[in-house]
Amino acid sequence: MRTPLLAFNDKGIYCAAADVYLDPWKPVNKAIISHGHADHSRWGHKKYITHHSNVPIIKHRLGDIEVSGREWNESFSINGVKFSLHPAGHIIGSSQIRVEHKGEVWVFTGDYKTEDDGVAVPYEPVKCDTFITECTFGLPAFKWTPQAQVFEEINNWWQQNREDGRTSVLFGYSLGKAQRLLKHLDPSIGKIFTHGAIENMTEVLRAQIDFPETTRITRETSKDEIKGNIVLAPGSAHGTTWIRKMVPYVTASASGWMTFRGARRRRAIDKGFVLSDHCDWQGLLSSIKETGCEKVICTHGYTDIFSRYLREQGYDARTEETQYEGETGQMESEKEKDVE
Amino acid sequence: MKAFANLIKTLDSTNKTTLKVEALTEYFKEVPDKDKVWTIAILSHRRPPRPVNTTLMREWASELANIPLWLFEESYHIVGDLAETIALVIPPAEDSTEKSLNQFLEEIIDLKKRPEEEKKEYLFDNWLNLNYYERFVFTKLITGSFRIGVSQKLMTRALSRATEIDEDILAYKLMGNWEPSKITFNKLILEENKEDYLSKPYPFYLAYAIEGEPAELGDVSQWSAEHKWDGIRSQVIIRNDELFVWSRGEELVTDKYPEFDAFLSVIPNGTVLDGEILPFPEGEIGTFKDLQTRIGRKNVSKKLLEKTPVILKAYDILEWGGEDIRDMAFGKRREILEKLYHEVRADDVPLHLSETIQFDKWEEAAKERENSREVKSEGLMLKRLDSPYLVGRKKGDWWKWKVDPLTIDAVLTYAMRGHGRRSNLFTDYTFGLWDKDRKELVTFAKAYSGLTDKEFRQLDAWIKRNTLERFGPVRSVTPHHVFEIAFEGIAESGRHKSGVATRFPRMLRWRTDKKIEDANTLQDLKDLIP
Repeated sequence: MRTPLLAFNDKGIYCAAADVYLDPWKPVNKAIISHGHADHSRWGHKKYITHHSNVPIIKHRLGDIEVSGREWNESFSINGVKFSLHPAGHIIGSSQIRVEHKGEVWVFTGDYKTEDDGVAVPYEPVKCDTFITECTFGLPAFKWTPQAQVFEEINNWWQQNREDGRTSVLFGYSLGKAQRLLKHLDPSIGKIFTHGAIENMTEVLRAQIDFPETTRITRETSKDEIKGNIVLAPGSAHGTTWIRKMVPYVTASASGWMTFRGARRRRAIDKGFVLSDHCDWQGLLSSIKETGCEKVICTHGYTDIFSRYLREQGYDARTEETQYEGETGQMESEKEKDVE
Repeated sequence: MKAFANLIKTLDSTNKTTLKVEALTEYFKEVPDKDKVWTIAILSHRRPPRPVNTTLMREWASELANIPLWLFEESYHIVGDLAETIALVIPPAEDSTEKSLNQFLEEIIDLKKRPEEEKKEYLFDNWLNLNYYERFVFTKLITGSFRIGVSQKLMTRALSRATEIDEDILAYKLMGNWEPSKITFNKLILEENKEDYLSKPYPFYLAYAIEGEPAELGDVSQWSAEHKWDGIRSQVIIRNDELFVWSRGEELVTDKYPEFDAFLSVIPNGTVLDGEILPFPEGEIGTFKDLQTRIGRKNVSKKLLEKTPVILKAYDILEWGGEDIRDMAFGKRREILEKLYHEVRADDVPLHLSETIQFDKWEEAAKERENSREVKSEGLMLKRLDSPYLVGRKKGDWWKWKVDPLTIDAVLTYAMRGHGRRSNLFTDYTFGLWDKDRKELVTFAKAYSGLTDKEFRQLDAWIKRNTLERFGPVRSVTPHHVFEIAFEGIAESGRHKSGVATRFPRMLRWRTDKKIEDANTLQDLKDLIP
């Protein structure tokens, strides 16, 4: 049996022919990184290769690292293996990684979504033989509403809270989700305040994207200034003393997990908006179809269930263990801990 | 239906009780009377009988969603609620409907006697004409209990605000048997009609568990103590030469306890007693297990009546001479009760008195509490002598002072996903004890309460990483974690693999300091059987 082009070992997804890793979870010499979230871009590699727009993000997160940026669709060769990055639409600078060698093409998605969110460069299907896909929301229970409708709900919610004399506290992951929310909030309703973790990341991204004005909440920020406005905060701020400054407030979370009534009640959050940076069930199925692939490898999410369904649909599908976020419903809040 | 679904959506969108009550009050002011009656019925757990079994619902939902049944089942395990799963997987609504809640419920009642094909057509039509919340509510009405974080108490409060009728009076009106499809809002809530009250019990007064030391309750002479009996809390009503026995779950259980017919000839009309139904085999108080042989039976055989007769251990009197005496001081009510008891006591009258315990110091009461297991009680009840009989669970006048539970250290062996707010988290656990020279873990109990949300999250993450095998929603895990399991009672059992049945097991502590070798053996557990 031939060595597969990409193999899963204890360090990450390994391309032996090029001696390079994709999104490794243990320190390696050379890593190609799909995007800036903590479970995909870890600390300790000697060399990082990633998309240009992800460079400032991982530098902000990982500090002084040796990183080189690439353009979309720009081919680069390592030991005769051809690599290129293609938009994944997950967050700013998120790529699918295409690997081609001896006429065989593999694509690793990292995390991705099919809907254009107005911030990240939209997902583009890439033809391949083997498709390594996430399936965080790989269950038919997940069906996203078009984001225009979700943002209308969010802005209405804010407006209503303002009329009721309450501050709106909206939770979202500080890289990606927070900027997507920010981009679509309606500044004519009121002022947009931010938690420090979100403000820091947003500052990094302002060089690339035009966002509405934000105000960082500091020790000096007074209660009265905030009242009736909206506050963007990471989920980890929920239940801390920091949030007391927002009294009287109403909380909401924007996440794919908000599909489940239980998830929202468990977190003691008032309102849940179903808004995800991952594919929903149909999004996953249509992407896989568009790649024209025969083989599918599911890396994280409801992998067993999803790959069984794909096999029934005629794909050669299997699951590989990785250290990307598993099926846990706490996913977003755990990621958050990594970042801060 | 739109208004009801919107109400549920609003209730779902807040964690604050005041906002929930506001939303319900507005709802009660706005909707037609028939919808009000149904809403009261649903929120007080009175539903029409289930017209379609859940197996068929699952098959049909997966057919409509165009997914294989196994995938539907897997989704259900993860979502944790059948109605929610169905509402999520089927395609978005094509149309909408203006049908009222009342109309839906009339259709659902009528559906039960329809042939299967018609049932299926009915479900398909409605599923595709309802938006997400409407379809969730519609399916919930068909499938099961309607638990949505709104207690009957909260509903009664809102109803009280909307009608300006006192909350306690409303609670009384809502007691007992009434059929939402037959009764009008006027008759149920607004009208005053003495005859309707013939069979009605009073709302039960429920005690909280005591916090801290009883000595903090103050002057001993203001308090009365008695044992806390482990049976079925009941009200026995004698009015108009008729007998009614109500359980605390507002279930009329008169027919299940024919021995109480004897009360009719000796207890005067216009009497309501509060007490505990206890098993009394061979002239002694039995165990809860004995009582279980009577609970489920509709027709009680002569043989069973002889083997496991029951008595009423009375501790309070709520009505006397046709007068509601709940406002009278507890001490006074006890005097009436004791006088009545001494007048009617006889071998063939299954009425016993829950004796008050005399004590001058809290230490003496504490000593009597130690004696609880021997007299087959769960501990003591402390009641303030000047207290009225209140409605529902209230702090201050009555306290439960239970004996400390029995405990044993056991190993976590299996985990299952929870439901409701715990859906998608592994929160329901099975525990094992060592057997066969500590070579094998034998399952002895299941528990799903006692940990904090944070501990549940930690354990959930650990379970997902340490799964050995999967059986649908259940996973076997590496034996690693030891928990101190508490339980109220223990008895031999032929139905359990371990040969032992425990009552109300729950996790007292996560013993991170212990290794699995330190857990107890099955024999240790058996040694606790009295």
